[in-house]
Amino acid sequence: MQSLLPLIPFLPFAGFLINGLFGRRLPKTAVGLIGSGTILGAFLLSLAVFSDVRNGTAMEQTLYTFLHVDSLQVQFAFLADPLSAWMMLIITGVGFLIHVYSIGYMHDDEGFWKFFAYLNLFVFSMLLLVMGDNFLMLFFGWEGVGLCSYLLIGFWYENRAYGHAARKAFIMNRIGDLGLLLGIFLIFNTFGSLQYREVFEGVANYQNNAWIPTVICLLLFVGAIGKSAQIPLYTWLPDAMAGPTPVSALIHAATMVTAGIYLVARCSSLYALAPHALEVIAITGLATAIFAALIGLRQNDIKKVLAYSTVSQLGLMFLALGMGAYSTAIFHVTTHAFFKALLFLGAGSVIHALGGEQDIRNMGGLRKALPVTFWVFVIGTLAISGFPLLSGFFSKDEIFAKTYEHSGALWWALAAISGLITATYMGRLLFVTFFGEFRGTEAQRAHLHESPAVMTIPLIVLAVLSVVGGFLNTPHFLHLGGSEWLSHYLAPALARPATPETHVLDARTEWLLMGITTVLALLVLVLAYAVYVVRRNVPVADSAMQPIARLLANKFYVDEAYDFLFVRPLEKLSKMLHYYADIQAIDGVVNGVGRASQLLGAQFRKLQNGNIEYYLLAMVVGAALLVGSLFI
Amino acid sequence: MLDIIQTVPIDYFVYLSTLLFGIGVLGVLTRRNAIIVLMCVELMLNAVNLLLAAFSTYLGDAQGQIMVFFIMVVAAAEAAVGLGILVMIYRNTKSTDISLLDNLKY
Repeated sequence: MQSLLPLIPFLPFAGFLINGLFGRRLPKTAVGLIGSGTILGAFLLSLAVFSDVRNGTAMEQTLYTFLHVDSLQVQFAFLADPLSAWMMLIITGVGFLIHVYSIGYMHDDEGFWKFFAYLNLFVFSMLLLVMGDNFLMLFFGWEGVGLCSYLLIGFWYENRAYGHAARKAFIMNRIGDLGLLLGIFLIFNTFGSLQYREVFEGVANYQNNAWIPTVICLLLFVGAIGKSAQIPLYTWLPDAMAGPTPVSALIHAATMVTAGIYLVARCSSLYALAPHALEVIAITGLATAIFAALIGLRQNDIKKVLAYSTVSQLGLMFLALGMGAYSTAIFHVTTHAFFKALLFLGAGSVIHALGGEQDIRNMGGLRKALPVTFWVFVIGTLAISGFPLLSGFFSKDEIFAKTYEHSGALWWALAAISGLITATYMGRLLFVTFFGEFRGTEAQRAHLHESPAVMTIPLIVLAVLSVVGGFLNTPHFLHLGGSEWLSHYLAPALARPATPETHVLDARTEWLLMGITTVLALLVLVLAYAVYVVRRNVPVADSAMQPIARLLANKFYVDEAYDFLFVRPLEKLSKMLHYYADIQAIDGVVNGVGRASQLLGAQFRKLQNGNIEYYLLAMVVGAALLVGSLFI
Repeated sequence: MLDIIQTVPIDYFVYLSTLLFGIGVLGVLTRRNAIIVLMCVELMLNAVNLLLAAFSTYLGDAQGQIMVFFIMVVAAAEAAVGLGILVMIYRNTKSTDISLLDNLKY
């Protein structure tokens, strides 16, 4: 099995090469088959790997020494431990479903082959990220997914705004990457190695000198902020919705944005020494969870709502990491991958049916026209809102419980509020989109159709996963069998939580906490039903909004603030530098040299006046000087 | 013969050839007739020849006289080319005045 490990990332890479080099000449069926087939192969291999490492062992496979400079030695090596095997399953599993869905969704697109090539490259990079056994390979994958994200956001690059969104994502990620890179430098400087095992073994020497691990952890977290769209670098993710919808589902909801979570979980032994870094993570996560959820309340673009929901859910995952509950965060990564991919693909199905319409104010009443999409969307909404026994219910409840356990009631209440807001905007999205009267144009009404089977089957599979996914890690007090299986499975790869005095909550408190959040979430859903279905409210036009709604709809004007604070001053600075440093100083010097020699030449040419007597005189004087100089 | 030459002090040869060379230089610088200029150049060459021959005799070294032969050959060639050019100039300008030849300039 071990020798097959490299095949897992290289299958998608082969798919990328074939589709990228020859895809233009291949029929669409072949492109789709190669694209999805390679991912399916990777998924099956991942399953085999998973069954090998299930009991907590790890396997490594070194291909060659990638870099050897002085004391720095980096192997091109793959590592499959419970954590990376689990991530591989999510990436290839959800990735495969989304590839299949894309065959239907992108069918009429001219860049069909290009799309699949990019998707395969993305899966390759992501697998490299989670499978590498050192920080450099992680960095390769990290940059690779950033590149694919850029390519896919700007997939319809004829549209200028989409191109700008792609650039925004790339630059925002670059800011985070700087932190990650500095963190990796500091790791090498401190531990003398980039290999996970050696670094994490070296951590023990810093038990009493925690500031270096703290700095490393904070730098790594800066990278995670960029990639996983947390405050203050989250604004690229909602704009990333410019890409085709399967991209939003795969990259900007299910996998790439969870790279930051993976990074922190992977470095859990480092973070265990840095409680202050964990505090920063928890605060950032909680703030992002609430902030993004609030913005999501008043978005009218179906994909934007889901995008802010993703940012908010990622915030919850970071909250869990900040609580030292690494396996809880990975659990939420898993369930979130299921239901958010489901919701995005469902939204894609709606957009497909409406011929590109994304504004929920122009939808409505789609329940009858798109029965499959409707039902899977209901499941996704209930799962993310925390409907009892669906996947989101378990994972969110576990985050809330860990928060209460670790930081007390105030934190729990704030986290629960973000959960409530989630239920609110998801209810609003569901009811406005699928209930009431159809509000689109007549042409759209005639065009309404359920998506083909190649799109609905992945939706149904994801819906099933969204329903049962929670049973991977049922809390022990529920006695539902397989209790906390995922936590036990992941335990060998993760550090123990930092706080020793953790008191495990008694079952009664857990029941109480769970009861409160669940009842409130259901109440909010019912309320949303009352407002948007019974009273038939439709979100108002932009111009008719109340001040607070307008503030939310405009995303707290954060983009404008960044534009004012960073983009404009930078642009001014660049223009100034361009004018003064480039045009004036550098060009001035170059042109000055030219002009000076021209001026000199203009003076010296006058010697060449054509008068032979004058030449003769010059010659004699010259000769005299020459001879005279001999006597000196 | 050698004795007769050696009765004249070497200084006199130096004065004479310097005088001849100076006349040549002055002629080159002041005259505008191309033929005169060429003749002055010849005068300068021959002043040098005289000096070379005199020193060769006084030092009893034949190298100076060999040098004189070389210079004579070069001077002959120079005169042939120079006069050839002069003939062409005269055909074009109907004059041998070098101050008229100022077309090659900036």
